[in-house]
Amino acid sequence: MDIPYTVKTRPDTGVNNAKLGIWLFLASEVMLFGGLFSAYIFLRVGAPVWPGPLLDHVYTHASEVLNVPLATINTMVLIGSSVTIVMAWASLAMGDFKKYKMYMLITILCGFAFLVIKYFEYSDKFSHGYFPEESTFLAIYFVLTGLHMIHVIGGIIVNLYFWGPGAKMWDTDPDRFKHRIEIAGLYWHFVDIVWIFLFPTIYLL
Amino acid sequence: MSESHSHEDVQKHIKTYLMVFASLAVLTIVTVAVGYIHLPIWPALIAALVIASIKGGLVGAHFMHLLSEKKMIYHLLILTFVFLFFMFLLFIWAYNDQQGVHSLLIFI
Repeated sequence: MDIPYTVKTRPDTGVNNAKLGIWLFLASEVMLFGGLFSAYIFLRVGAPVWPGPLLDHVYTHASEVLNVPLATINTMVLIGSSVTIVMAWASLAMGDFKKYKMYMLITILCGFAFLVIKYFEYSDKFSHGYFPEESTFLAIYFVLTGLHMIHVIGGIIVNLYFWGPGAKMWDTDPDRFKHRIEIAGLYWHFVDIVWIFLFPTIYLL
Repeated sequence: MSESHSHEDVQKHIKTYLMVFASLAVLTIVTVAVGYIHLPIWPALIAALVIASIKGGLVGAHFMHLLSEKKMIYHLLILTFVFLFFMFLLFIWAYNDQQGVHSLLIFI
């Protein structure tokens, strides 16, 4: 039996079930990140010195501890991937499957690039002995950026599926496949928006 | 977003996507520049959140197609932000209480 209203608009909600489903999921994500984000803001404004003492040294700006140039590059990478995933959807809307494959591949590579940069960032912190237990600043930094990174990994897995085996649906049910890419795109854009808020508040305040 | 798209519609969208990308890149540079000025915490926080909100708004409006979305999604988003607002109020309440101010609305 087919799942109802995956492509067709459901009359009572005015949208298809897939779109309503992803927006409900994103609403729960807003509360998850919103809670952690407000916890961070209140720790930040309540601290007399921030990031404060860290292994025998007192830091007064997060940019002295964190690598702002790397994080700026990562911001550009994620913004770029948001453009490419929406271009992947636009390519399908114009019936160009080859371009879809290209844009989706670039999106996936951008996701991996983000992770590689994050790896260098984290390993640099660990090599200096900067672990979450060392300070409140590092604890909230690792929790927020780590949770975001898990979301990036989740997005890459979904995008890889739609680039690889999942792309077969284009031959059998192109409308539904196009909708799937739109839904995957909505999630990926949300992950981008979360980073847009995390980057200035964690690295630059 | 509407369920059917003509090629011309999509072409227009693509132009908008590229313009939004350029705006986001410029705003990222502005964010970093403001960060290096080292403003006091409140002006710095407000500037960071205002720029981030503009960037987030651009992504939401254009990439997530919220400019042309259905009513149901708008209602859902409004409800989400109402809950988020009340959660922030709880944080403000708890923060103020720690500072000895037993009020919800004064933020010190």
